[in-house]
Amino acid sequence: MSSSTASEASGPTSVEYIQHHLQNNSIGDGGFWVLNLDTLFYSWLLAGVLMYIAYTMGKKMTADTPSGGQNVLEAIVEFVQQQIRDIFPGSNPLIGPLALTIFMWVFLMNAMDLLPVDLLPQLGQLVGIHYMKVVPTTDLSTTFALALSVFALIIYYNIKIKGPMGYLKMFLFHPFGKYLIPVNIIMTTIEEVAKPISLGLRLFGNMFAGELIFMLIALLGGASLYGLLPQIALGTVWAIFHILVISLQAFIFMLLTIVYLGMAHQEIDEH
Amino acid sequence: MSITATLIGQMITFAILVWFIGKYLWTPMTQMMDDRKKRIADGLAAAERGKHEQELAQHKATQHIKEAKEQAAEILAQAQKRGAEIIEDAKDDAKAEGERLIVAANAEIEQEVHRAKESLRAQVVDITIAAAGKIIKKEIDAKAHGDLLKDVVGQL
Repeated sequence: MSSSTASEASGPTSVEYIQHHLQNNSIGDGGFWVLNLDTLFYSWLLAGVLMYIAYTMGKKMTADTPSGGQNVLEAIVEFVQQQIRDIFPGSNPLIGPLALTIFMWVFLMNAMDLLPVDLLPQLGQLVGIHYMKVVPTTDLSTTFALALSVFALIIYYNIKIKGPMGYLKMFLFHPFGKYLIPVNIIMTTIEEVAKPISLGLRLFGNMFAGELIFMLIALLGGASLYGLLPQIALGTVWAIFHILVISLQAFIFMLLTIVYLGMAHQEIDEH
Repeated sequence: MSITATLIGQMITFAILVWFIGKYLWTPMTQMMDDRKKRIADGLAAAERGKHEQELAQHKATQHIKEAKEQAAEILAQAQKRGAEIIEDAKDDAKAEGERLIVAANAEIEQEVHRAKESLRAQVVDITIAAAGKIIKKEIDAKAHGDLLKDVVGQL
């Protein structure tokens, strides 16, 4: 971490260094129609890793003599199952895989944050890739892809369980009853729209800030040789703390998904 | 740093990933864990049942042993009683046989005595006749006085 930063420090200023690190490697003509190749690459890579693990483990797992990897996966699956059992009313075959996927995928994407900030971008430089953001969850596109997918499911299940009229009634008569319909519409709309926005922004904000702090810590060592010691110390402390953050964010995203979908599955209560 | 078309790619990836993990990991694994849970519960129930049955069998076995012991004691007592009876019978038989033998022997002895007396009597008659004959030679007809003599001898 330190050596790569030190070699670069002579070139760009701190601001340039950070701006460079916040630049996605993208193609497209600006605006919405842009593809962030680095985000896609790393999230697909991690999705591939997950698929590989899921496929091999699903094939070779045994009920009688579970070993290493299977035990870990069983613990995760059981943990997710327990959360669903506690929170989710009724049963839905989709909610389990959905929650598990969110938890593991978001965790893996967040975990890219623990790699030294300059390691992969610097390797990219060597083969001629000039911009690279390694952590897919520091890209709003990723967090909102997840959040909007969940939002779509919330709307789908609201309509499916409550019926179109029931869903409409929820907007009209919730939370203040039938005499405050305009207020109800505004309140419920805000409540519903806040769900995906808070989901997407929470994950993005946490991971983006974490990444930014890693960059600032990396700059310490780059500034001078005396910065090396604090950089190592702070980097270690922040990385250890960040293990908590990445797990927690993955867990919160999963938990809120279950909660929101659970709310969508509840019959409307009359006021 | 804004929302871009990457979003669409990520949504598709997400959907595929959810489907894949649901099919290859979640469903088989939860299925397997449920099966295992059920099997463990069944096994524990079976063990409990087996233990209960074993207890029952042990109880039965102790009862059987107790009964057998009682029976054996009874048989032993009967056998002892029977043995004592047989000995008693044998003693009685022996006593009776002994008495019978004694009676028979006594009878025989008496017979012998009787027979000896008879023969003695006969001989005495003969001797007497002979002696008398010798004494009163020719004067006594053996035939005429035989009855008289026999009468005398009978009084002996």
